[in-house]
Amino acid sequence: MKKHFLKTLLLTATLIFTSLGVSFAEPKKGGTLIAAVGNNPRHLNPAVQSGIVTGFPGAQLFATPIRYDNNWEPQPYLAESWDISDGGKTVKLNLVKDAVFHDGVPIKSSDVKFSLETIKKHHPFKTMFAPVVSVETPDEHTAVLKLSSPHPALMLAMSSQLMAIIPEHVYGDGQDPKTHPQNSENVVGSGPFKLVEFKSGEHIILERFDDFFIDGRPYLDKMVLKIIRDPATRTIGLENGEIDFYAFENVPTNINRLKKNANLNVTPDGYAAIGPIDWLAFNTKSGKTADVNVRRAIAYAIDRNFILKAIMLGVADEARTGIHPGSPYYEPDVEAYDIDIDKANKILDDAGYKKGSDGMRFGLNVDFGWPGLRPNAEYTKAALKKIGIDVTVRQSADFPTWAQTVSNHNFDLTWDTVFNWGDPVIGVHRTYQTSNIKKGVIWSNTQQYSNPKVDAIMEKAGVENDMDKRKALYSELQKMLANDLPVYWTNTLPYHTIYSNKVGNPPMGIWATSSPMDMTYIKD
Amino acid sequence: MLLVLLVVVILNFLMLHLAPGDIADTIAQTMGGADEQDMAELRKQYGLDQPFFIQLFNYVVRVALLDFGQSHFYNLPVFDLIMERFPATLLLVFSAQILSLFVGILLGVYAAQNPNGLSSLFVNMFSLFGYAAPVFWTGILLLIAFSLHIPIFPVSGMRDITIESGNFFVHFFDVLKHLFLPMITLASIFFAYYSRLCRASMLEVLGADFVRTAKAKGLSKKDVLLKHALKNSLSPVITFAGLSFSAVVSGAILVETVYSWPGLGTLAFNSIISRDTPVLLGILIFSTLMVTMGNLLTDLTLKALDPRIKI
Repeated sequence: MKKHFLKTLLLTATLIFTSLGVSFAEPKKGGTLIAAVGNNPRHLNPAVQSGIVTGFPGAQLFATPIRYDNNWEPQPYLAESWDISDGGKTVKLNLVKDAVFHDGVPIKSSDVKFSLETIKKHHPFKTMFAPVVSVETPDEHTAVLKLSSPHPALMLAMSSQLMAIIPEHVYGDGQDPKTHPQNSENVVGSGPFKLVEFKSGEHIILERFDDFFIDGRPYLDKMVLKIIRDPATRTIGLENGEIDFYAFENVPTNINRLKKNANLNVTPDGYAAIGPIDWLAFNTKSGKTADVNVRRAIAYAIDRNFILKAIMLGVADEARTGIHPGSPYYEPDVEAYDIDIDKANKILDDAGYKKGSDGMRFGLNVDFGWPGLRPNAEYTKAALKKIGIDVTVRQSADFPTWAQTVSNHNFDLTWDTVFNWGDPVIGVHRTYQTSNIKKGVIWSNTQQYSNPKVDAIMEKAGVENDMDKRKALYSELQKMLANDLPVYWTNTLPYHTIYSNKVGNPPMGIWATSSPMDMTYIKD
Repeated sequence: MLLVLLVVVILNFLMLHLAPGDIADTIAQTMGGADEQDMAELRKQYGLDQPFFIQLFNYVVRVALLDFGQSHFYNLPVFDLIMERFPATLLLVFSAQILSLFVGILLGVYAAQNPNGLSSLFVNMFSLFGYAAPVFWTGILLLIAFSLHIPIFPVSGMRDITIESGNFFVHFFDVLKHLFLPMITLASIFFAYYSRLCRASMLEVLGADFVRTAKAKGLSKKDVLLKHALKNSLSPVITFAGLSFSAVVSGAILVETVYSWPGLGTLAFNSIISRDTPVLLGILIFSTLMVTMGNLLTDLTLKALDPRIKI
């Protein structure tokens, strides 16, 4: 009887909570979202400025042809539908009919053409639209992309902040789009929110655009993006309720501290396409690390679990390859180099690196790309001592100093965080392609790794429109790379979104805040 | 003065030039990647592909013509960028300086009356603590205390943008509320200097003949202390305050970062790490101006205290 009573009680409670949940899920119009951002954007035009800092305001100000849902499925946005024909070499976009820019001028197919051409010319990710030969505009609401080869990365490249539709009548006035004055002021966008004020170093204020092409959206009246650099200050602001929302938090201690707060939600969801991965890169061309045996021994000596548990405090995920574990192309079944000190020592012994009288075989330098990776570099020193490698941790004064060292190939080992940027063609190939060994360019193939077989697979995967075949190719690629080990991948950078209980529907898709927040709302 | 400025400008340019990397690298960082040709184009656009001496010459000529140029990073006129933030820094620096002087002198006078007593020891300890603690640590501590546990002050910024009232006083008090913690934090470094200096100087003056005379005349303790002793012991404190003005300006950089105070400090820091030479130069000139202004104020105050001083 008592058991029965408890059951009934539980059932009633569940019913009450679910009904409450349903009423909460009804989006409410109005309200202001106070968000924090950790850096000052250079400007607000994502067509000529990539990166997550411009991405947040950029995706609110500018619409893209396509958006993505949580399951990597493309969804209509400014393009209400699309047809892919001619073996993937012709992509027709049918635009929403009544869409207008923030100044009231209709969004036409010629704007799509202009935007794509501007991005192709000025955006740093040249692979996004490289195969696009021309854009035809048979009528005002149809844009036809003609490609030289099939390009499966195209759909992701047309989403998020990557293909902002910018007005030709504003940015096509002959001035250099990269330094156009309306990138920071009087921005004329196409997205759900329009710009009220951008005060460098202080805040960005966005306001609902009433003529947005999706009826009834956005729900929010206003978004205030406060620029707060100091992580401790941001955390206190979230705790005392001054800030409702912060994305891209990656300090493990802050994440764990905020998780304990009942007024806040902390989630790692939403970063699969941005895909940040922490890794240890090797100089595969010169020095001791040119020998794959040395690279493998180092990988065996570094304990990925130590990094996950002791440095990342359990908030990051394991990443065994250069493709983010949240991506459909991730292949976990590769050589993982789980900790094995004996094996590491044996590899080095067999390869002829004898220990000296001090127990050391040779010395290496380790650099790190940003201060968050310092513990990794220090751990590397301790870990490699066990296999007789004397590691010197080199501290760079700031980012440009490190970038010069690494991009000019004056390093042995370096810790780094690199982003996938959606499709492997955009953010993954660049690290391993022989053709992308470019001195002086950071985040090119600075490892100087070159394997013709790997190049061939990437070339094939880059034009394969069949999902299953493409997955198989990337699976093979990841296995080959794990074998050659130009980079030892350890974990995802633990990006987390923190939002207060009063925020409904925060951006949980694959692009985090680099996607439109037209469905986010403030509860009563 | 002009020569000093020229030397400062050249040194600054040289230092930035010696630092590895340039604006093309830092833009690549914000972009999450870069393209070879874009980087070369950028370097050409900003004249970074020119030989060192030509760059230096162009730089000095521009400064001489009072052309602050465009920020390489933000693509905005440097003058506008600085003017947007200059008032915030000015407000923070002057209010902190005045507060630390006021509190420092008060504590010094108090401690001097009983130089070996417990209260004097307490004053010394308190002011030394402020001096010894790193300013960002003090800042975060104050935030945790007065924004989180006793939420009376806001954590960041200079004003509440959600206030829609047009009333001047509403905004005035809003800025005051935001200013309070940063001001205290910045002032805390200098309590020690001023209170100890004032204490020592007061001790010396209190033993002087004219103080004994004043006491003998039968003046009240308050009059002796404030009108005779304090006025004569202030010169070293004020002189030192003038000298330490540049330290207050540099201390402001850290305070501004902790409180997201929209001043020159964060801009300066950012322009160094992003190799934004024109902005850094502009800030340098404005900081020089601010320190000069501070020194002028010091001189004027000294003259008011002691009419024998000529400027």
